Amino acid sequence: MTETTLSLPKSRSRLGLALRRPGFLLGAAIIGFSTLLALFPGLFAPYDPNFIDYTAVGQPPSAAHPFGTDMLGRDAFSRVIWAYRINMQMAILATVFALVIGVTVGALVGYYRGVADMIFGRFVDAIITFPFLVLVIAVVAVLGPGLINMYIAITLVGWVYYARLMRAEIIGQMGNDYAAAGLVMGYSDRRIIFRHLLPNAITPVIVYWMTDMALAILLGSSLGYLGLGAQPPQAEWGVLIAEGRNFITTAWWLSLMPGIAIVLTGLGFSLLGDAMADLLRPRG
Amino acid sequence: MQSLAYIAKRLLLMVPTFAIVMVIIFLLVRLLPGDPAIAIAGDKASDADLAAIRERLGLNEPLLVQFWLFLTNTLQGDLGRSILMKAPALGVILDRLPTTAFLTLYAVTLSLLIAGPLAFVAALNRGRWPDAAIRAVFQVGLSMPVFYIGLVLLTFLAARARLFPVGGIGHGFFENLHQLFLPAMTIALYTSAIVMRNLRASIIEVLDAEYVQFARAKGLSSRLILGRHVLRNALISTVTLLGLSIGNLMSGTLVTETVFAVPGVGRLMLEAIFARDYPLIQGLTLTFAVLVSAVFLLTDLVQSWLDPRMRLT
Repeated sequence: MTETTLSLPKSRSRLGLALRRPGFLLGAAIIGFSTLLALFPGLFAPYDPNFIDYTAVGQPPSAAHPFGTDMLGRDAFSRVIWAYRINMQMAILATVFALVIGVTVGALVGYYRGVADMIFGRFVDAIITFPFLVLVIAVVAVLGPGLINMYIAITLVGWVYYARLMRAEIIGQMGNDYAAAGLVMGYSDRRIIFRHLLPNAITPVIVYWMTDMALAILLGSSLGYLGLGAQPPQAEWGVLIAEGRNFITTAWWLSLMPGIAIVLTGLGFSLLGDAMADLLRPRG
Repeated sequence: MQSLAYIAKRLLLMVPTFAIVMVIIFLLVRLLPGDPAIAIAGDKASDADLAAIRERLGLNEPLLVQFWLFLTNTLQGDLGRSILMKAPALGVILDRLPTTAFLTLYAVTLSLLIAGPLAFVAALNRGRWPDAAIRAVFQVGLSMPVFYIGLVLLTFLAARARLFPVGGIGHGFFENLHQLFLPAMTIALYTSAIVMRNLRASIIEVLDAEYVQFARAKGLSSRLILGRHVLRNALISTVTLLGLSIGNLMSGTLVTETVFAVPGVGRLMLEAIFARDYPLIQGLTLTFAVLVSAVFLLTDLVQSWLDPRMRLT
């Protein structure tokens, strides 16, 4: 009990510290609003994103169409808004399975060490020898382009980075007295790993997850741009930018506007991630 | 002698790593649903072609024998034939490699020219407005995907202002300095954001270090302190960072080559993927892995040469 009362003011001041960062409020506002757009795009988009209007093809920005219309007469603004649904979903779906698999594997090899850990170590060395994007697109090449396969590919490569971090943290925590105490008390391995070590070791992994979400949006839209992620006519920022690429001399806004959404969202996640890092990082 | 032993040890450690790299590349194509021979040769391949591929890859043999064949073929420089280019994959890759190497080195040079001075200005004005402004700009830069940076430069500086060509490469060193300026700048803008952040932190760390304060107390001039202590340490940390981010840099190069139609290995990778040219995909994946580990090794060596503390470990 005493420990709880002692730690309260400390964590409160830490929260205060994070809240006082201008970046945190800005980041939270951007991500909050982006989430709203992703959940209810229909409330903000004036048109159906896939409505083809041959009477309004290739129009420049106007009051009726703030970002103009594309070569099929679809409203570019509505397509950017509806894309929030797919691009925000990337932040979760491209990272969360990698997080779960990585944390589990990292915790197990860090706790048991031995042969499995040695093999894991060499495996990590091999994976980081490939540029991340190269390995991901090689896997997409095998599975075939598309959103789902892209998530599978990113997960297949990405979990290794979580596992590596988790393993190092678990090994660090094993040196503490409470881990030895758990062993002396005769607790099961599972209880020691998941009830005692994991909660103490997970903080840096969560901080990494926050930055990884920003990277997932950048990576997902890059793959969409390259034609390996989301597929047209799906409204996804990378796809939209690729669709507008052939018109950069005549209708540059088609390509440049969706990019602003990427930059804003990426900025929101990274500001939030930096603030989270400050909030969660043990002091001293 | 000591450093020779170190290099030997370091090279020896790469053997098991590359064994696993080869397993991953090998399994990549075996995981394909259906017949790998059809996947490799394409739907239009004749039965004789398919039989030849099965024979060469040993597809009728057990998996372990197949892997052995793949390994020995690769070690002899035989990466298979590219379906797309109708030529040995290794030759196709080596043809494209100099362009990518030139582009990458050009980009690294530009990123140091951008990040270096700005990091110094930011670190020396820590907490004041120049620092805040520089960091804010780079924070936005870090949130931009590489292909978007490229497209913005392409739109305004090439397509509209016509200051630079929209794509492709030229002949000779000086022509390419101009021709590849925008692609190099694209990679450099994205890389310099990472370099600036790290460089600023490392300069501040050194400025706060006791030995620098001692040097100041001794009355050494700031120029001497900056030159002897700050620059040297900043250099070590930047070399390390650039070396370790080679994978990132390669990923950026791949995307940039696609945006600007630069015929390097990155663009080749995408061409290979859309053509489902598996021998070329495998060969390129291996090439990237070899390049990255070569740079990792080089980074280690340069680091131990620059930083005497590293030589002991």
